[in-house]
Amino acid sequence: MTIRDESPAADEKRSPYNFAYLDEQTKRMIRRAILKAVAIPGYQVPFASREMPMPYGWGTGGVQVTAAIIGPDDVLKVIDQGADDTTNAVSIRGFFAKTAGVATTTRTTEATIIQTRHRIPEAPLSEDQIIVFQVPIPEPLRFLEPRETETRTMHGLEEYGLVHVKLYEDIARHGHIATTYAYPVKVEGRYVMDPSPIPKFDNPKMDNSPALQLFGAGREKRIYAIPPYSSVKSLDFEDHPFEVQRFEAPCALCAATGVYLDEVILDDRGGRMFVCSDTDNCEQRREAGHTGTAAGIGGESQ
Amino acid sequence: MIAPEILTGGFSEPVFQSQAVFRQVLDAFARPGRVVAMPSVVTAPSPLFTPTAAFLCTFADEATPVHFEAGLAGGAAAAWVTFHTGAPLAERPDLAQFAIVTDPLALPDLETFALGTQEYPDRSTTIVIQVESLFGGDRFRLEGPGIDGAAEASPAPTPRNFLPALARNRMLFPRGVDLVLAAPDAILALPRSTRVTALRGA
Repeated sequence: MTIRDESPAADEKRSPYNFAYLDEQTKRMIRRAILKAVAIPGYQVPFASREMPMPYGWGTGGVQVTAAIIGPDDVLKVIDQGADDTTNAVSIRGFFAKTAGVATTTRTTEATIIQTRHRIPEAPLSEDQIIVFQVPIPEPLRFLEPRETETRTMHGLEEYGLVHVKLYEDIARHGHIATTYAYPVKVEGRYVMDPSPIPKFDNPKMDNSPALQLFGAGREKRIYAIPPYSSVKSLDFEDHPFEVQRFEAPCALCAATGVYLDEVILDDRGGRMFVCSDTDNCEQRREAGHTGTAAGIGGESQ
Repeated sequence: MIAPEILTGGFSEPVFQSQAVFRQVLDAFARPGRVVAMPSVVTAPSPLFTPTAAFLCTFADEATPVHFEAGLAGGAAAAWVTFHTGAPLAERPDLAQFAIVTDPLALPDLETFALGTQEYPDRSTTIVIQVESLFGGDRFRLEGPGIDGAAEASPAPTPRNFLPALARNRMLFPRGVDLVLAAPDAILALPRSTRVTALRGA
């Protein structure tokens, strides 16, 4: 028989939750789903998603995947649209600091697990890192075919003509492929997969990545994965090859080029500036002495 | 009367030990061919190796039928697994979520296990095959997701009919079984996505 330490100090230390919030049976179930997902790259494995203490759409899928993989020695980074300091990122970081007592960081290179909503960090990931994506709608065919029974069959038969028709309609209407985020990819030449609503700017980072990439969709109850060093190809046409967004000016704060930029409205007279979406990358660069045109925050843009 | 060896030897710290084992197994699945050390956290009756037992303690529960080869099903090893995980025994291999093969030279045809369906390829068996060592046997070349270029595996002894069985398994993709080769102190995973060919010349 175990004797519980009932002293006030122990009471304060003891968390009312299991490590990382989820119960062990749930973790086992999620871990089994993750193994299958890794074994079948790009295939959406159904799992018994739990109610989490946050609303759907706030990353319940990503949180469950993170809770199932995280250990006491992990260092967690959470980003929301590239930023470490937005509500969603701060809350999820706080959630795991509280329920798992793990170290957290904003530095991409120091993290062992990176949970992300809608971005992949600019700094290249390493073999020792796992990136967990929060996914709202995991089915890339859902807006083309609403029935789950049909989309399952389409994946089973590798029948992906509809996706190409959708991209072709973009070209017919706009003259170019106008899909800019959640741009469908084909994993290892087999499954068409929704990369979650990351800008298509980030799609090339998924290809041949040294890091393991896991995707969790809580409301839709699906987990999928891209193992390291896997081929991830954005769908396109020979005469309309896949292209990422380009930006005319560098980041207004750190002068970075070749990174994804967010537009920030400065006033009601058309003033705006473009700054790094990846706040960690931007901070590191400014610490290293790079300055952009609007480095003195609050200044007018040209 | 239940032998005491059946009641002891499970996780002493289930939450943290299962997490540690899981991360090692995840690493093995994410990087096929990589020999991953397994923490020595459980002790199971012979002929189960520690990694095999730790794998089952981490992944098996009442929702996952486990299949044991014929000589093992009524023995202490199966009783240990049932006691520590609560997993039901699967009499038929095609109804098993996990299967344990301790004699690699008697590896059954992989088609006798659950292969999943074209719509739900995840409904398939993960087979743990125990081998004496993950080194020193016939050499195989591994390619596919998780492998930067090519990797190598040389389990000893080579499981029965290994190469043709794996080639057929790969042709079924996305259906198929996933293999875990377990030595007394480490594992190596061969998920269905891995292409395995013979490596000629040493």
